[in-house]
Amino acid sequence: MLVLLYLPIVLLAVFSLNNGTTLTFPLKGFTLTWYQAMVGDQALLGAARNSLVVATAAATAATALGFAVSQAVLRFRFTGRRLLLGLAGAPLVVPFVVLGVALFLLFTALGIPRSLLTIAAGHSVVALPYATLILLARMVGLDPALEEAAMDLGATYPVTLRRVIIPLLGPSLLSAWLTCFIVSFDEVALANFLAGGDPTFPVFLYGQLRFAQRLPVLIAMAVVLMIGTIILTLIANRLRSRD
Amino acid sequence: MLGRRGSLRFLAAPPFVWLTLLFILPLLMAIAISFRPHVGPISFVTGWDLSLLQYKKVVDSPSWLRLLGISIGMAFVIAAVATVLAFPIAYFLAFRARARAPIFLVLLLVPSATSFLLRVMAWKLLLGSNGAINSFLIWIGLIREPIGLLLYSQAAVIITLIYVWIPFAALPIYAALQRIDRSHLEAAADLGSGPWTRFYRVTVPLSFPGLVATFVMVFIPTIGEYVTPVLVGGTKGIMYGNLIQDFFTRAGNWPLGSALAVVMLGVTLLLVVVALRIVDLRRVVA
Repeated sequence: MLVLLYLPIVLLAVFSLNNGTTLTFPLKGFTLTWYQAMVGDQALLGAARNSLVVATAAATAATALGFAVSQAVLRFRFTGRRLLLGLAGAPLVVPFVVLGVALFLLFTALGIPRSLLTIAAGHSVVALPYATLILLARMVGLDPALEEAAMDLGATYPVTLRRVIIPLLGPSLLSAWLTCFIVSFDEVALANFLAGGDPTFPVFLYGQLRFAQRLPVLIAMAVVLMIGTIILTLIANRLRSRD
Repeated sequence: MLGRRGSLRFLAAPPFVWLTLLFILPLLMAIAISFRPHVGPISFVTGWDLSLLQYKKVVDSPSWLRLLGISIGMAFVIAAVATVLAFPIAYFLAFRARARAPIFLVLLLVPSATSFLLRVMAWKLLLGSNGAINSFLIWIGLIREPIGLLLYSQAAVIITLIYVWIPFAALPIYAALQRIDRSHLEAAADLGSGPWTRFYRVTVPLSFPGLVATFVMVFIPTIGEYVTPVLVGGTKGIMYGNLIQDFFTRAGNWPLGSALAVVMLGVTLLLVVVALRIVDLRRVVA
């Protein structure tokens, strides 16, 4: 089963090194042409850079908000507590095409031009449930007495946050951030509606896939980014399991 | 100095405001636009002569409703098959892998971290008429002419999406299986039940909430799909999501597109309500 899951991915890597624009057996021969073309392709590199910017912004916002949600929900009793928790998880149950057109309509009505910022705003919403779940799971295991002790000894809440809570959560915060980063970095269905003239890599890829001759270069870039994402995932997993 | 009340406001206000502005407000906006009879520039001030015209158009279009039905059916099949196929992987990880479990978990995380578009593209390259499967079969002499039916069909969309979701589906099932108290299984064994009975009477019922949650988690993104159908489905494999996307891009009829989107939102929320009736999803998450 696991072999079957890997077969198509391996085939893509083979394709990016194959001397041809279709994946036809027998293979034509080994080449690095596509990777060379990739390095000189400004539009492609620009899209990849945009993805990094968007994913960094979205992951940072989602992690900060997910942290606030999980702290508020676990450490306080208040009206709207369950509403807040439900709201933070709700983006998971709305299909991206629906949220995509909804955000598109909102930005249009407000006269906000579509840009990398609007994509990042949308991604921060869909990544929030992941950050909240990861941080909640970790915070449940933390002893609230540690925070109370700090507060009893005269630390204000912001100080307690900075000196006690965040250091204790450290690896989980990073793991949540990396997970959100990957969610945003790979997202296309929502970004399609929110991108202006400057696309992220998945949006760019989606737009270019019609042109068969472009395919090997696009796949080469995608393989490079895939290796990066896999490394980030492994780091996130490592951080989570160490806690 | 922030007191306890102040701290709460400091924590709860930003996510509340953020989600209201970027999640609740846009959805309300789409609902409001769907009641507009006219196509035209949208603003908050003008154009609020509300009507049910767009919904009437949806109800009066048998082909759209059929497409909705087809998409629900496809999402159902994809979510069910992906959940069933992911189960043995998760089971192996939770009960059989033992010390090697972390390695297998990593092996499972890698494909789920691989770009979604890339994995869809992989199937396009595999299924195409001069793609990997056809050319491989010709090369080894099994067939002479390429099989033309592989790509650009509903089946291609279903196969591709099942493949895409399996690793993602295995993770929550694995979590559900791990939470099963092993002493229940030991007790069943002590009371004389064999491995199959233990599986059907203990393991499956105890992991059932996790299975329902997994099904929903695959069903929702699948019903909204429009990217995969374009890439591997062609005209025969289009889904309801393509219809919505069309009205926001080429056709440029936002009120009608909004009505179609609201219908989809309704279907999804209905499914979530039904799922919550079957199992307490909050307990699955916690």
